[in-house]
Amino acid sequence: MEKLLVVNNVSKVYGDYKALNNVSIEVEKGSIFGLLGPNGAGKTTLIRIINQITMPDTGSVILDGEPLQPHHIKYIGYLPEERGLYKTMKVGEQALYLAQLKGLSKQEAKERLKYWFDRLEIGDWWDKKIQELSKGMAQKIQFVVTVLHKPKLLIFDEPFSGFDPINANLIKDEILKLRDEGATVIFSTHRMESVEEMCDHIALIHKSNKILDGKLLDIKRQYRSNMFEIGLITPNHAATSALLKDRFQIFPATFKSINDELQYKVKVPDSVSTNDFVNYLISLGQLTHFVEVIPTVSDIFIETIQKN
Amino acid sequence: MNHLPLIIKREYLTKVRNKSFIVMTFLSPFIFVGIFALVAYLSSLNNDTVRIISVMDESGLFADEFNSSPHMQYKMLHNVSLEEAKKEAETNEIYGLLYIPKTGNLEDLSRKITFYSEDSPSLTMMSDINNMLEAKVNTLKLKEAGIDSETIKNLHIDISANQETFKGKETSKLGSGLKLAFGGAAGYLLFMFIIIYGNMIMRSVIEEKTSRVIEVIISSVKPRVLLLGKIFGTTLAGITQFLIWVILILVLMTVVTSIFGIDPAAASPSQQILENSVDGGTQRILHDVMLEINNLPIANLIVMFILFFVGGYLLYASLYASVGAAVDSETDTQQFMMPILMPLILAVYVGFFTVMDNPHGTVSQVFSYIPFTSPVVMLMRIPFGVPIWQQILSVVILFGSFVGMVWFAAKIYRVGILMYGKKPTYKEIFKWLKY
Repeated sequence: MEKLLVVNNVSKVYGDYKALNNVSIEVEKGSIFGLLGPNGAGKTTLIRIINQITMPDTGSVILDGEPLQPHHIKYIGYLPEERGLYKTMKVGEQALYLAQLKGLSKQEAKERLKYWFDRLEIGDWWDKKIQELSKGMAQKIQFVVTVLHKPKLLIFDEPFSGFDPINANLIKDEILKLRDEGATVIFSTHRMESVEEMCDHIALIHKSNKILDGKLLDIKRQYRSNMFEIGLITPNHAATSALLKDRFQIFPATFKSINDELQYKVKVPDSVSTNDFVNYLISLGQLTHFVEVIPTVSDIFIETIQKN
Repeated sequence: MNHLPLIIKREYLTKVRNKSFIVMTFLSPFIFVGIFALVAYLSSLNNDTVRIISVMDESGLFADEFNSSPHMQYKMLHNVSLEEAKKEAETNEIYGLLYIPKTGNLEDLSRKITFYSEDSPSLTMMSDINNMLEAKVNTLKLKEAGIDSETIKNLHIDISANQETFKGKETSKLGSGLKLAFGGAAGYLLFMFIIIYGNMIMRSVIEEKTSRVIEVIISSVKPRVLLLGKIFGTTLAGITQFLIWVILILVLMTVVTSIFGIDPAAASPSQQILENSVDGGTQRILHDVMLEINNLPIANLIVMFILFFVGGYLLYASLYASVGAAVDSETDTQQFMMPILMPLILAVYVGFFTVMDNPHGTVSQVFSYIPFTSPVVMLMRIPFGVPIWQQILSVVILFGSFVGMVWFAAKIYRVGILMYGKKPTYKEIFKWLKY
């Protein structure tokens, strides 16, 4: 796959504090890239470097094959975590102003704004001042302004904060739609379920270093622990529990079921194949539930951070 | 950068459309003229009161000297005792009682004249009375010495030396005053303008931070361009307001003075002094004023006034902008205000004291090159004649400093905007410069 953005060994030092240490990432064209990490890890610094708000001390950033240059700002749409709009300006005027700063002509900006305002059903806000809008409404405007100039690269930092679930969903669908239309998305959030749902690729930054990077699926494979969730109907639950406890590491599990059964999470050693394990379970009773426990992004996140 | 006009336009329009800005723009002149009219009215009220003064002249020497005027009436008392006179003055609400006792000689008399009144009497009135008595006693003394008043008049000669420069240009005493007046007015105007609109710039720079729009903006525009745009936009708004004020005040003044028939000069006491010398001197003074105005390097003054005014304002504006860049909210700005105001106040002091004393002395010269003081000091020096290369050098230094200052402010801005919730110290700001 072609890379839209390549960050090569970027470091950034603020006084005595190293905000980024030799961080490299590669973002594929048309993908959604999750940039994860605890608070203060250096994500925002990296994002600001990509936006040319700050310059890296060492390392380089390549956008679409070219080293990052001032004129590239029009190819990037950025929704920062700390965001706001001019409170006393009218919605329409403000959107036009910000669009023009991104290089759109006034006429073009007007047409596209009309399209987006209709699409999000916010057309009648045009003459309202930002201070008259609710936070969620203002966020919608902010989203429109970010994507208006059809950037190749979209960077969203906590895009769903301030949205109710309905609007969060709406924005999520819009982001996916933009991706399908060819945009590349970098997505930084602490909401692991949206990472799970949307990201093709993730990188984890911790204490200024990148500690994990790869396709979400590959990482999940890497973090599989041969753990299975099972449900078993047996004549004597207590005896079976004892048997299982003897042979495997077992953990309590609860899942919804219509049966009255034993529910466990079982860690199967590498020496035992899945088929053998299933055969063994069948020999104990009636198998009602068998699922491999796939590590969630949240699990991976916590585990990796704790390891480091 | 084609963003600059866009930013200037936005800044200007938001400022100008702001409700409180509009209200201030159109209300201030009315308040100003209202206060002026009130003062003029009150002082005319004051002038209307007639003061009655009882005079008890036992010496009999001053009988012809007390001529009543519209504001001052003298009431001569005869054949009463001092106690009776006092009592009478008190019960009849007479302003005061002047007591001139009978004495053996004039020296004694001069020490024994007493003025009785309810409270401390008006200073100007007392000096009028004192002058009158003094003149009379002096004449009497001269007479005693055998010189009559005719002789004195004939002996008195007024001298006013003609002034010419080495190049042969006629100048006058009035010239220096006029030059000072021009320089002072220009310097003071700049000072006021900076004080009024500097804060506006600072607030406008903080605006992006409090509304958190900054990161969106800064991902499209360089901080330097944004800062420049804010400075220019706000300056234009300031000039608009200032011009409206000047025009409105002039118009209102004309209206008010013609409707209420207030003589604008009535408010200023200096006018009365001028009126006193209205005899033959007026022609001469008028001639001198015209001569001096012609002698002033008018074109030079106007060009330099504009350059220094704009340059000085922009330099201070960028200082205010750096303060705005460093802090998070307006309440944090206090600690940084002193260093801005100090050079400004210094400039005005140097201007009014040093330049007035010696326009081309070393101190005046040095301060007319330092960019933080040059706009005021140089503007005050120019009417006294400053070589054109010195003026140009000073302007170049000034504008160079402005560019440097914006660079400096942008550096602080670039870091400061992204630091929320921390009150910066000077040490930290110094560190930011190196980021």
